[in-house]
Amino acid sequence: MKTLGRVNGIISNIVIAKVDGPVGQNEICHVYCGDIRMMAEVIKVIGDEAYVQVYDSTRGLKIGDKVEFEGHMLEATLAPGLLSRNYDGLQNDLEKMDGLFINRGSITDPIDFDSTWEFKPLAKVGDKVTAGDWLGEVKEQWVMHKIMVPFVMQGSYTVKSVVAAGTYKVTDTIAVVVDADNNEYKITMVQKWPVKQAIRCFTEKPRPSRVMETGVRAIDTFNPLAEGGTGFIPGPFGAGKTVLQHAISKQAEADVIIIVACGERANEVVEIFAEFPELVDPRTGHKLMERTIIICNTSNMPVAAREASVYTGMTIGEYYRSMGLKVLVMADSTSRWAQALREMSNRLEELPGQDAFPMDLSAVISNFYARAGLVKLNNGATGSVTFLGTVSPAGGNLKEPVTESTKKAARCFYALSQSRADSKRYPAIDPLDSYSKYLEYPEIREYLDEHIEKNWVDAVNEGKVIMQRGKEANDQINILGDDGVPVEYHERFWKSELLDSVILQQDAFDDIDANCPIERQQVMYNLVLNICRSNFKLDTFEECSKFFKDLIYLFRQMNYSEWKSEQYDNFLKQIETLVNSKL
Amino acid sequence: MTTRAFQKVYTKIDNITKATITLRATGVGNDELATVGGRLAQVVKIMGDKVTLQVFAGTDGLATNSEVVFHGEPPVLRVSDALAGRFFNAYGEPLEGGEKIEGEARQIGGPTVNPFRRLQPSELIATGIAGIDLNNTIVSGQKIPFFADPDQPYNAVMANVALRAKADKIILGGMGLTNDDFLYFKQVFENAGALDRIVSFVNTTDNPPVERLLVPDMALTAAEYFAVDKGEKVLVLLTDMTLYADALAIVSNRMDQIPSKDSMPGSLYSDLAKIYEKAVQLPNGGSITIIAVTTLSGGDITHAIPDNTGYITEGQLFLRTDTDTGKVIVDPFRSLSRLKQLVIGKKTREDHPQVMNACVRLYADAANAKTKLENGFDLSNYDERTLDFAREYSKKLLAIDVNIEIEEMLDTAWTLFAKYFSKGEVSIKQELADKYWKA
Repeated sequence: MKTLGRVNGIISNIVIAKVDGPVGQNEICHVYCGDIRMMAEVIKVIGDEAYVQVYDSTRGLKIGDKVEFEGHMLEATLAPGLLSRNYDGLQNDLEKMDGLFINRGSITDPIDFDSTWEFKPLAKVGDKVTAGDWLGEVKEQWVMHKIMVPFVMQGSYTVKSVVAAGTYKVTDTIAVVVDADNNEYKITMVQKWPVKQAIRCFTEKPRPSRVMETGVRAIDTFNPLAEGGTGFIPGPFGAGKTVLQHAISKQAEADVIIIVACGERANEVVEIFAEFPELVDPRTGHKLMERTIIICNTSNMPVAAREASVYTGMTIGEYYRSMGLKVLVMADSTSRWAQALREMSNRLEELPGQDAFPMDLSAVISNFYARAGLVKLNNGATGSVTFLGTVSPAGGNLKEPVTESTKKAARCFYALSQSRADSKRYPAIDPLDSYSKYLEYPEIREYLDEHIEKNWVDAVNEGKVIMQRGKEANDQINILGDDGVPVEYHERFWKSELLDSVILQQDAFDDIDANCPIERQQVMYNLVLNICRSNFKLDTFEECSKFFKDLIYLFRQMNYSEWKSEQYDNFLKQIETLVNSKL
Repeated sequence: MTTRAFQKVYTKIDNITKATITLRATGVGNDELATVGGRLAQVVKIMGDKVTLQVFAGTDGLATNSEVVFHGEPPVLRVSDALAGRFFNAYGEPLEGGEKIEGEARQIGGPTVNPFRRLQPSELIATGIAGIDLNNTIVSGQKIPFFADPDQPYNAVMANVALRAKADKIILGGMGLTNDDFLYFKQVFENAGALDRIVSFVNTTDNPPVERLLVPDMALTAAEYFAVDKGEKVLVLLTDMTLYADALAIVSNRMDQIPSKDSMPGSLYSDLAKIYEKAVQLPNGGSITIIAVTTLSGGDITHAIPDNTGYITEGQLFLRTDTDTGKVIVDPFRSLSRLKQLVIGKKTREDHPQVMNACVRLYADAANAKTKLENGFDLSNYDERTLDFAREYSKKLLAIDVNIEIEEMLDTAWTLFAKYFSKGEVSIKQELADKYWKA
């Protein structure tokens, strides 16, 4: 028997329902407004009154309208066929919705329940299995999608039967397992999982030990993101958060990419819809869309579903991680999610914390970031969820609660600076404020020594010192004037400018420069670093600035040229000649 | 709205605050409209049989025995082609008398366009102003505000942009517009012979502030009618959104909500997004483009209103008076159009992106040179040249009174490059420099 309720209060999208039976915190219910059936979630219970947040507009709702409780929390449907779909925050397939507008109560299936898949068994009769173990696999796009023992099944089971290789519907039973008491459980390709809980079907969560390449020099070379790591990008509006995120989603070296457009502009999602089906992943030769899932709750979609959208994205990420895949989950922007929490807490008349955000904001954020990570699965394979979120600090002030809470939770910090954006130095990642904690990990150091070159981290740190000293020199020049300082100061400043222009700045809209593979980054960085280490014969500051400006010009052209092409070699030769002329 | 037969009339109001009233009533729907003592009001909260209404015109003079009649539906606008050429108040009633509009009644503030059904904006909107077309190109389906101090001529610039933009319909949503500005808009549109393309919803400073809350939804419901039903290109002008946000703050304050930053309601972001996100490029060729005005106090963009706006809109345009030339210019540093990448160099000449960037970079160098000069340092020859360049760039391109085609803007820029700099200093992709450099 479902618990029923009647609407007894309405404040914007919070509805208070008088209930006739048990209700659970975070239980899903449906609120009926005429014949429109709207989904809602219980967020507070007082006596026989359940406070529910409705994932839709409550316009026209009346006292006494029916509420039906479903007895479960918000769940994601996990099955083959998720890749390349476009969902709303509640996993409704946007593509399947009729009409131009999203009407209230629109519900569509997250996958095609009639679809068939070519199934290949991996488990044998008699195998001992637990939740998350692989029973078989199907090929979804070009990913080997594992069919697993459902995550909700606790304890251990024995495989009683597995179907032979062949074509099956997602809802067909593909295996039967029995527990210690010989109860049989039929397993299909579909399972469900409550999105707000982490999927914990793995044996251990080791420290990240590999780097995830993004093709963005300011990240890969200067502050690398680890596979299974976490990072965040705070920045005022106009600093290029979204362009940077899009660049990473196109280029990152991951098997599955989940983009959560959370409370951001619809046109930005449209850009992904328009571009990704066309763009090809250079590593695999497949269309980008084939490895991408988009979850979108744009800023004008219901606020309550915004919170759900990040959890839905993370849950799908964890699902693919359990198949031993490398997953990158990106959320733009987590601030909008925090604001949704604030609106809710405000309507519930809770005592507010800083800037009217709820008191537990920090805990909510760190719990969420903790769901990312590299894991060792039961069968010894590894999988990872790397999480990268953006933060939109109010007024560009990094001391606000969302940025501060996130800083405690994430290991990489890519601060986008207004002054860099103003002078069109993109990506506007501040070289001095940003950091990657992973550079301190011995595992990562070892990885870089092996995959790039010996003592790479030392070379990176040398670059950071050059940036720092360049900034100091520039401050001196600005105070004392061009003539008031020795020429060395100018040289020091211009070396940092060279590093900035050639390595840190990158043209995301140029076909070639947009994506810089790590081998190329290594070559370019060493070239620049060698110049920075040299002493030049420069007599006046004018000579100095001209020399470096010419160098920067040539290096820029080089960045725009195809790697190792004739054009590239040509610019390289010009650079060598120019450098030698002043040695 | 007149009282219909069998409609229940309530005559006992329990609480009255400056903007809201509360009474006991049953069978009332959320968001529903009502008439309270002859004034329009909207349901904002229901607790059991206690219904709270926000009275748009304020509660001055209302008594506990004032008559309350519920309309049974949320605010609507009657839509038809007859809207064109007319002026309305915030409730969608014709101003200056005139006949009521017959047509389908549509609820304002309707549902969201499915993002998957949207098209990527790709049509350039030319304004003739280089500060916009060259540096911050606007695209149909975009939403972009002017960030301006109250003393700047933003309404005049906006009227100009609207008239040059070749839109099928222009919809003006005026919030807290002074009567003078309202008459100015009317006159400009009339003089241009464009009145038949224009629909206006106006709340002037004479009207109660809370009424403003209806204006953007009214304007956008009309816009959706023309764009969705008729496939037209619609340009919506919203001025001034800061006054709209102020009205939101008044209501939330009266409802005892906890304010967040700058005394604004915690839901400010969602409230503004609901309006701006109506900008759309539709598959039927119709589009809604929103150009708004957000006035700043003392140029402070970290205030909650411009700050939230900046995160929602696709860029922003700053007006500034250039002290060197005395012209009002569109500030190249702080202005940004996020959608320009979709058209520049694609719908415009190939050299557009690089020319644009080079101009701004050189202009930035000029700003540095100026700082040097002010601090009493000697200028290098390059510094001198950047200053000369900046002066001419400001006069010939950035000034808002310039009205030329984009090709001409690009040619002008190349002429300036050649006049003051070497190719190396301009630092543009070589193949483009070879092709366009004005020797």
